[in-house]
Parts: sequence; C-alpha cells; structure tokens
Amino acid sequence: MSKLKSSDMELDFDRPNIEDYLSTDSIQEPSGKLRLRDLLDISPTLTEAGGAIVDASILSLSGDSFTRCFKSNPPEPWNWNVYLFPLWCLGVVVRYGILFPVRVLILTLGWMIFLSCYIPVHLLLKGHDKLRKKLERGLVELLCSFFVASWTGVVKYHGPRPSARPKQVFVANHTSMIDFIILEQMTAFAVIMQKHPGWVGLVQSTILESVGCIWFNRSEAKDREVVARKLREHVEGPDNNPLLIFPEGTCVNNHYTVMFKKGVFELGSTICPIAIKYNKIFVDAFWNSKKQSFTTHLLQLMTSWAVVCDVWYLEPQNMKPGETPIEFAERVREIISARAGIKKVPWDGYLKYSRPSPIHRERKQQAFAESVLRRLEDK
Amino acid sequence: MGNTSSMLTQYDIEEVQEHCNNTFSQQEIVSLYQRFCQLDRNSGGFISADEFLSVPEFAVNPLSQRLFRMIDGLNFKEFVAFLSAFSSRATLQHKVEYIFKVYDSDGNGKVAFSDLLDVLRDLTGQFISEQQRELVLTQVLEEAGYKKDSILVLSDFMKILGNTGLKMEVEVPVD
Repeated sequence: MSKLKSSDMELDFDRPNIEDYLSTDSIQEPSGKLRLRDLLDISPTLTEAGGAIVDASILSLSGDSFTRCFKSNPPEPWNWNVYLFPLWCLGVVVRYGILFPVRVLILTLGWMIFLSCYIPVHLLLKGHDKLRKKLERGLVELLCSFFVASWTGVVKYHGPRPSARPKQVFVANHTSMIDFIILEQMTAFAVIMQKHPGWVGLVQSTILESVGCIWFNRSEAKDREVVARKLREHVEGPDNNPLLIFPEGTCVNNHYTVMFKKGVFELGSTICPIAIKYNKIFVDAFWNSKKQSFTTHLLQLMTSWAVVCDVWYLEPQNMKPGETPIEFAERVREIISARAGIKKVPWDGYLKYSRPSPIHRERKQQAFAESVLRRLEDK
Repeated sequence: MGNTSSMLTQYDIEEVQEHCNNTFSQQEIVSLYQRFCQLDRNSGGFISADEFLSVPEFAVNPLSQRLFRMIDGLNFKEFVAFLSAFSSRATLQHKVEYIFKVYDSDGNGKVAFSDLLDVLRDLTGQFISEQQRELVLTQVLEEAGYKKDSILVLSDFMKILGNTGLKMEVEVPVD
C-alpha cells in the first residue's frame, strides 16, 4: 500500500483526496532487466481500462466501482400475478387515498404548531438567549418528529443518546437529507450543509439557523477557508449545539460508503460516529439528487408504507498518537460501515460532480516511469 | 435505467455472440447490455467519448485517449466485440492482435518507432524526458534484435509477446 501523506494544515473540503487512497502499486511489481516485451506489454493498463468499462471488480480497486455507489436498485416487482396484482392495487389506493392525505394533515398540523410557537419564542425572547435557544431546540426536535411521523418512520435508536459537550463532533454516513431529520428528531444538532435552492433553502436560512448551521457552496473555492474557520469556532463554543457532519460529502445509496473528507478529522476534537442503515422493505430512502428533487423524494416517502431504519450511536473516538487525519477518517469509516453492514469503496464522493483531476493519471504514469528507469539500471 | 434482458431477444444475443466469436456467454452478454445501457445515458444507441469519461476509473487511465479512437461511437455489437479481447475465452492471438491495434493508430498494419514512442509517452507522462524515452526504446529494441527504424508487424508482436504469459482478463459481473 502506498504511504499515506500527512495532511496540510488547511482544511480542504473540496479537493478530492483520492490520491492518498488509490494504491498505484496495485499491479504486481515486475523486476529484472528491462526488455522490449516489458514496454510492449500494456496489458495491465488495458485490463484496468477494460475493467472500468465493464464495471468489473478488479483486485486493485478492492471491489466495486464508483457508479455502483449511486445506483438506485429498483426492487423486484412482486405484484406480477392474478391475485397479487389486485392486492397491490388495493395497497396503492390505501397509500395514496388514505395514508397520504392523513400524512399531509399531520405534517401541516406539525408546521402550524411549530410556527405558532417558534415565531413568538424567536421574537419575544430575544433577550433571554439561553431560554430561547432551549425552546427553539425543543421545537425543532418536535417538527422533525412530525416529519418522521409523516412518512411513518420506524426508527430504532441504539446506543447512548448524544450529550452536548464541547470539542465534540458527530459524523454519520449519508443517504438522503432525511438522515438529518431522523437524527435531529432525537437531538438538536447543528449541521454543515450545502445551500439548496427553493423552499429547502428558505428553511435552511431561517429555522435551521437557530440550531446553528454552517453553509457552504460546493462550487465556490474561497468558501473553503471561511467554512473551515466557522467549523473551528463552532466546535470550540461551549453553548453551541453539537455539530453533525456527513463526511462523505454527498448522498450514497446506503450499500456503500465513499471516502470521508478529512476536514473534520483535523479539528482535534472527539469524533462520535453514527451509523444509519435503512431497510428497503417498503421504500428505498436513497435520494438520488440527480434524478429527483427533494420534494419529489419526500412525496415518494409519504406515499409508501413506512420508512424503516436503524440508527446506532457508536463509541466516541479520538485520534490515536501517530495517526494521521486520513487514517483516523478511515478508521471511523470502518467502524460505521461495519456497524451498518455496508461496504467501503475507495472513491471520493465529489467525483459525482466533477472529473478526476490529472493528478490521478499522473500518479500511474509516475509509478510506471520509475519502474522503467529502475529496471534500466538493473543489469 | 430499468433496462432488463427483455429488451434483448434471444436472436439478438445469438447474433452478438457470433459477432464476438463466442468469447462471451449469453449471461455475460446480457450483463454487458445492462452496462451498455447504463453508460449510454442519452440512449443514442452508442456510447460517446463523454459518456466513457464519466467512469472515473476509465478517465484516469493513461491509455484512455488512445482507446477513445477505438471505442467512440460503437453500437452494442461492436462494443462487445471490442471487449472480447478481455474475455478468459479469448485466445492469446486475439489478445496480442488487440494490443497491436492499440499501437497501430493509423490501422495500416505497421507499428513504427514513433507509435512505440507515443504509447510510452502516454504511460510515463512527464516523468521521463523525451530524450530518455527514445534512448530506452532504442536500447531495448536493439537488444531484441531490431533497429530504431524497424517497422513491426503483427507477427513481430506475436513473437515478442507470444510466450510471456500475457494476462489480460476482466470478469464480467453476472448478477
């Protein structure tokens, strides 16, 4: 395995840190004097290309390819015969005709209660910050419970509930924005999120602001430093809500975890891992943001029978002496993946949004070049 | 997505199988079709260069540019034929021919020093100087009994690579 480089001081959210993981010496190291056939034999590189095209498992990439992490596997249709089909139709009628309106009602009720309490609290208790924050926290938790009820969420929480202490950051694997709602229902976390357009953005700037949220914009380069600073400030403030971060940086389909961004692991705080696993029995909770808007996603959840998931709060971890932030991140990812029963892949989530940089290709070239030159010396 | 084997009839599968000289089993061809449809996002019936580049593992491959030439605009039958060299059932001859084609960019059956240099440049990038590359190539060519201005043909490639235990295999994932 290639050695892991030590991180630079700057928190770097947008740079794909894939080069630290991709092992360039995965292909068997040839040895001995360099011959014509060694230069002519491009089969290892071609095999990698072929494997990529075919989406095959190659030893060097430890299994599954990038695109698999974002594939929503449609469930096997079960309504394919004479008596199952009418049953399914009945189910559709119940779900869309009865459950959905009831859920919409519940959600509307929830919003009304929330707003009628939140707005007065927010405006009138301006002076009494401690009390105001406490009430606002409770109200946000309440609203999230209403959301969860509106999809008939069957959430089983395992492990000790998070307690608010300074210098503590919670990390979880990410499948959909509802992860946040499910976790928020139990504890009012502060989050760091991508700023979304539309009504979601509105909610983000008003309500979530009160629990303490940090915004970033993936496409803005300068944003990184600002966000890094805000993160550090937040973690160190004793009155702030515990911070929740999804280090994958994007939604993954809950069968895999992609690489964690090292940013939060460099802060020197205790990391409390949370593992979330959805049961696809009634609905697939994976939000494929390229295929669906959040509203469509929510509607899909609200017209299915239930959203079933398990949440495990795992033992807090600290960086071990001599461990680099990247090793720490990988260790935490291993803990989360093992608990949730999902596979790890060595791919960077941001490759969903942009092409891999030339650096990755250059690494392969460098490895080959060095091998050639070295073998030239061998007589 | 949602393209299942119901889109391919038995006739289609057999036709493709024949076209690739039975190097893939029928199940593998079905899997390849699913993969083809997954890559062919705009359902144009062929995969464009851009769609290939969306596979990160392919985009970082040093030989991706050379392979583009060979794969751009392939329909499914041609796609399978292109990949047939990677099957475990493909003969050594077939694999060596494939490697030869990658080198022989103008398809005239001849590989010159410049072609060898081009591929070596793709594989080593900026990490060896152009001069050094030429030196290395000339040296190994001469050791193998060729000259710098020798033109290599397929039989030369067979001779050089024929008994090296060439391994170029990819397993098509079959659900």
